[in-house]
Amino acid sequence: MPVIKDVVCTFCGCLCDDLEVTVEDNKITKVGKACKLGRAKTMGMFLHERIEKPMIRKNGKDSELEECSYDEAITKAAEILVAAKRPISYGWCSTSCEAIEKAVVLAEETGSLFDSTANVCHGPSALATQEKGAPSCSLGTAKNYADLIIFWGCNPVHAHPRHQTRYSTMAKGAFTPNGKKDKKMIVVDPRNTDTAKKADLLLQLNPGTDYVLVEALRAIVNGHADVLPDEIAGIPKATVMEAAEMCKAAKFTVIYFGMGVTQTRGRYKSGDNVSSLVSDLSQTNKVVMIPMRGHYNVTGFGQVAAWEAGFPMALDFSRGVAYYNPGETGTNDVLMRREVDAFITGAADPGAHFPQESIKYLYKIPAIQVDGYANPTTEFSDVVIPAAIAGVECEGTAYRMDSQPIRMKKLIETTFKSDEEILTEIIAKVRELKGEGGA
Amino acid sequence: MIETILISARTIDQGATLEEKTSQAYFDAAAYCELNEGNLEALGVSVDQNVKVATAHGVVVVPAKIDKRLPDDIVFIPMGPWANAIVDPDTCGCGMPGFKGVPATVEATADPVLNMKDLMATYKE
Repeated sequence: MPVIKDVVCTFCGCLCDDLEVTVEDNKITKVGKACKLGRAKTMGMFLHERIEKPMIRKNGKDSELEECSYDEAITKAAEILVAAKRPISYGWCSTSCEAIEKAVVLAEETGSLFDSTANVCHGPSALATQEKGAPSCSLGTAKNYADLIIFWGCNPVHAHPRHQTRYSTMAKGAFTPNGKKDKKMIVVDPRNTDTAKKADLLLQLNPGTDYVLVEALRAIVNGHADVLPDEIAGIPKATVMEAAEMCKAAKFTVIYFGMGVTQTRGRYKSGDNVSSLVSDLSQTNKVVMIPMRGHYNVTGFGQVAAWEAGFPMALDFSRGVAYYNPGETGTNDVLMRREVDAFITGAADPGAHFPQESIKYLYKIPAIQVDGYANPTTEFSDVVIPAAIAGVECEGTAYRMDSQPIRMKKLIETTFKSDEEILTEIIAKVRELKGEGGA
Repeated sequence: MIETILISARTIDQGATLEEKTSQAYFDAAAYCELNEGNLEALGVSVDQNVKVATAHGVVVVPAKIDKRLPDDIVFIPMGPWANAIVDPDTCGCGMPGFKGVPATVEATADPVLNMKDLMATYKE
């Protein structure tokens, strides 16, 4: 039976590219080398209920979704977007860069706001990077050189299960041939997580005190330990001193940071301060920072949006040129302000991952969903367009968390249209409705 | 009732059921609240009994689970519709809502846990 090797996993930002997928009669029967997340994702279409047909609600949110043709659903979607005064397009992170490129065009064509799942993920990291920079490296370099791994506000055992064996603490690198034995690991988290269990040092800080802890580490590194109190962010000063000494002793440190930095008090200012800590430590040691990206191609969204329109997320095309001001133009900002009057989302599930106040408003405006599976977003969507699963049913490019582009394979045939095809057809219909022809 | 701080985040089971959010497996993976032993005792609640978790932004009922390593002042709900019923929607002017570090109270309840579709339906106003 045919085994496809070097398959790229399309779950998280690790984009592991060594999966071995067995295909029998156009069905995936086995996924080798994947973690639990990757296996569930890659075999998903044979395990879970697909959205089989395009669907439309004909009489408002209280009516049932009724099956229709792709043409009808795409026409309805285009009509909603053209009729809207302030539409927003959100998501497009579990899909290919080629599809994201089309999503940019559609947003520009309809004068939409345009945002990625970074809005509820690493958006503040982008702001921190713009404020102060983010010295980085490839995961390959990190694997081969790093002898101190810091997981700050992230829990790779659960969210990026193969990260430690492929790229970080357990990986055997050129200068760390004995793997974990040659490396130290610090975890910063208010919870004693499964990742923390194997750490050399856990900095179990009080929730929302990340900025304070970074500041204390900076004070120590810069020779001002004497000004610190006995307890910092709920952690004994001696423990924070120990962490600082580990940083100073390391030859190559990688700070992998997650939602514990971006979603807590301080938001982008905490990431900004991590960047300052990297700068301070870099006076004598090699130190980099890499965001632990969740959606496998949320990094690709940032790349495509930046090269197409100049900004990585939270764009607003309503002025005819791209405008960017997260906090004003972020998806949850405009939903909370009840500012938009139509919503299109694809390859993301805002219904599951937005706060309650945003979802209440999504029940009030026309919503379009492009996705392979039914989920909470389906509950308020007026138009539901089923899509092929990128990296399984169609090929394309995705960017790993370290901004390396990787080509995803097509593993099986499908009758579903890809996100790219669906968006291309919506763009053509929008142009037709606007009287600009379908070309 | 205990006063605490709510944190939401990914778990491997929540992640593995992301593409089947209408399923029992996803419900089991995302609709619960972890507390440490002391807090469970203080509430007089056993594992799998329901608790009402309330914040300034909403109320949600989920079964209690145990995480022995949690500090006294933290409870945990996996990211997803149940956590997001009560997280802080304020973006503090930078686009990002407050999914972690939300002041909350937890108390025992006999109220039922809503499934995904019923929970979403509560947002229709």
